[in-house]
Amino acid sequence: MNETVSEKKVALELRHITKRFGSEVIANRDVSLQVLHGEILAILGENGSGKTTLMNMIAGIYFPDEGEIFVDGEKVTIASPADAFRYRIGMIHQHFKLVDVFTSTENIVLGIRDDQRFNLKEAAARVAEISARYGFELDPNKKIYNMSVSEKQTVEIVKVLYRGADILILDEPTAVLTPQETEKLFAVLRRMRDDGKSIIIITHKMHEVLSISDRVAILRRGEYVDTVVTKDTDETALTEMMVGHKISLNIERSDPVNVCDRLTVKDIRMTTREGVEVLKDINFVARAGEILGIAGIAGSGQRELLESIAGLRHLDSGEILYDNPKTGETVNLCDRTPIQIRDMGVRLSFVPEDRLGMGLVGNMDITDNMMLRSYRKGHSMFLNRKSPKELAEHIIESLEVVTPSVSTPVRRLSGGNVQKVLVGREISSTPAVLMAAYPVRGLDINSSYTIYNLLNQQKKNGVAVIFVGEDLDVLLELCDRIMVIGSGKITGVVDARCATKEQLGLLMTSDTAHKPTAEEESASTRTEEEKSIVTATEAGKGEQQHDSNRT
Amino acid sequence: MTATGHERNQSAKAHVKREPLFHVSKRDRIPLWKSITIRAVAILAALLLSGILTIFLTGENPLAVYKYYFVGAFGSSFKVWNTLQGTAILLGIALALTPAYKMRFWNTGAEGQVLIGCLATAFIMWKVGGTVPDGLLIPLMLLSALAAGILWGVLPAICKAQWGTNETLFTLMMNYVAIQLVECFLKVADKTGSNTVGPNLLKNGWLPKLGGQDYLLNILVVAVLTVIVYVYLKYSKHGYEISVVGESENTARYIGINVKKVIIRTMVLSGALCGLMGFLLVAGTSHSIDSNLVDGRGFTAIMVAWMAKFNPFFMVLASLLLVFLDKGASEVSTRFGLNQDYSEIVTGIILFFLIGCEFFMNYQIHINKSRLPARWRKEAVADKKEVQ
Repeated sequence: MNETVSEKKVALELRHITKRFGSEVIANRDVSLQVLHGEILAILGENGSGKTTLMNMIAGIYFPDEGEIFVDGEKVTIASPADAFRYRIGMIHQHFKLVDVFTSTENIVLGIRDDQRFNLKEAAARVAEISARYGFELDPNKKIYNMSVSEKQTVEIVKVLYRGADILILDEPTAVLTPQETEKLFAVLRRMRDDGKSIIIITHKMHEVLSISDRVAILRRGEYVDTVVTKDTDETALTEMMVGHKISLNIERSDPVNVCDRLTVKDIRMTTREGVEVLKDINFVARAGEILGIAGIAGSGQRELLESIAGLRHLDSGEILYDNPKTGETVNLCDRTPIQIRDMGVRLSFVPEDRLGMGLVGNMDITDNMMLRSYRKGHSMFLNRKSPKELAEHIIESLEVVTPSVSTPVRRLSGGNVQKVLVGREISSTPAVLMAAYPVRGLDINSSYTIYNLLNQQKKNGVAVIFVGEDLDVLLELCDRIMVIGSGKITGVVDARCATKEQLGLLMTSDTAHKPTAEEESASTRTEEEKSIVTATEAGKGEQQHDSNRT
Repeated sequence: MTATGHERNQSAKAHVKREPLFHVSKRDRIPLWKSITIRAVAILAALLLSGILTIFLTGENPLAVYKYYFVGAFGSSFKVWNTLQGTAILLGIALALTPAYKMRFWNTGAEGQVLIGCLATAFIMWKVGGTVPDGLLIPLMLLSALAAGILWGVLPAICKAQWGTNETLFTLMMNYVAIQLVECFLKVADKTGSNTVGPNLLKNGWLPKLGGQDYLLNILVVAVLTVIVYVYLKYSKHGYEISVVGESENTARYIGINVKKVIIRTMVLSGALCGLMGFLLVAGTSHSIDSNLVDGRGFTAIMVAWMAKFNPFFMVLASLLLVFLDKGASEVSTRFGLNQDYSEIVTGIILFFLIGCEFFMNYQIHINKSRLPARWRKEAVADKKEVQ
């Protein structure tokens, strides 16, 4: 090991940890690793490599089947989260566990049992003190429901510190943050490290691993691969260790050919039953032979937008115009049911973000899931399972779906294979428009690149692809244009070939009254060359706006 | 650092915990032989427990008691036919519920839907019977029973589809409406104040005896129905839509299924089948009506459907088991001078074990070997190997 290791003391050590689920699934096999005082250790691994399971055993949520845990050299048994706190271990989960109507202080002291009298003022003072010490921006008296995602995460972290944690585990903390918020979080984590705390951070974003961690421990399919010092390694080496073989991390982006307008969205507005305006005057064009990316903080209206195009939501006003490539006709999809849209000859495919809750039926097998789109064909009262079965077999073969058989319920497949089944079905109907919402969420690197390639292929086939993504690096590499949505409004459209992450980040948060300008509205009528230049000017506008808000 | 570390160990030592003795995890799937074994063990354990209870409470020999279960259900050809027709009616009601339950529409109103079918049948027999030939009377009875069943089933479905009302409460309340309507009919039809309108008033419209057997027609109708429901659910487009709506309404909307239409259509079917069962019950079996004619079978059928995991063929076995227990238990009560409560206790114990063993089908238990005494450990390892 490196000399930095010998300088620092071991805070936490795992020896030969094994955890099984059922008789077949081994989540962790014989994992041994060390965490030092005053370091940030990144745990890197693909989905299903057992990162979270391993951390849950340290935090007392699961109990290991085999192996030992040592804290400061002493063997310990951690059978519950309370035990974990006794050893000063705290975990910040991916999904926050906060009471909405309480203030941050109330949430932080919730569940603490000590002999002292309950004093909320004193607690608030301590919360403020902890925040000041590490540079958190946290109002001790703000209610949770008034907070942004990043503030909620801060509450979770302070909660753990308040209880005196010296070892902090963060499970994919950046998944919900903008690039700017991520930087702030990393600054805080560095300060905590310098204060002598041990920090374990789970992530599968490679550039974050490289920028934040001191050392990286790599897991692959539940097994421990190695721990390396971050400054001595690079992205390629880490990926290779994580996946087990060499893979190329390039997305081949071809230049769009034969581009023409396919789907024009004009002034659509939507209000939910609760009276919340979720889409406000949305205008954009999706073009054939192009990938249009949609970026934005989760829950900014992406889901509602795609669902209203697919005919699943009622709009207050506006038009969704589809140019039929075969007949040359233009039809309005607004307020049509999915069946009506199909009957109008519109070839629209949709990969929804909720794969098993909307795109597929988890308890049905692959064949029956193929049938979802086609079972109505023919006048017979009975189902024809022959052609869906052939389609299922074709998709399994061509997309290399790993499944015991075509009659396996899809919920038993891994996330990547579920997604291949869904995307495979949606592109099998040779769509003219393909919408995909977070199609690589929860997928490992290999499956993700399979999906990117499929989308690229569709683009080459002249399909208008709409891709809602969360990883800005991927959006910038994959798409031709990126539209940024913030609080139900379009805050800018940029050319993916020359935009930067920072621009996108600023546009994502600049949800203050940015009315679509005349420029933007006329965008659909511009010529091709002009369109691709709707870039730096608008992004710059967003930036200025953001800055002026701050000052 | 050493100071804090030392402190931490000090405070931790006071709370050292031992590992838990066992933990439970969910099974992925279960092989058929294992699920059959678990059920068999459950029934044996239930019989053992009720045997001990029998000796303890009554002093009777449990084996002799159990023997009379078989005598009660299959002791004579009359009893065999009786058991079979009881099975047929219970099975038929369970089949009627199945499409609704596959759709996750929690219909608790089979009792009322069957009873209103009975009432419609009896009403036509009483009012129209004698004025037209049976060839016309019977179809008329059937149609009115179907219509009544549909009405009782579709009202909650429409309200659920349109306004999202709670179908469990709605269907449950419809039961009481049906019971009260039957009470009204009894008062009107039989002026003597009897609480049954019997064969003396319902003389016409009896279903024909096939091969001289009272109940053969009923049994055949339900047998055909079993196959039809199986095929409908598994191979028809309607059945497929029912499954999709039941599994995920979002998916159904996503692919453009009209969810409201499917809910209403399925409850029309479910109600119609309940009405048919009411028709068979009055015209084929009892030739009489009272407000307790369905006798809770509308609820027992829910259990039949669930125990069989909505597979019509397994439902045959489940309903046969329940009817067998029922007939056997009443035989035992009379033979040994025990009251009805005794047989209900035994039935209850068996059902408790049968339903309780579902836990072991869905979960498995891992014993923590290090907590076992040394002499057991080897066995535990051997057991585990066997299980795997």
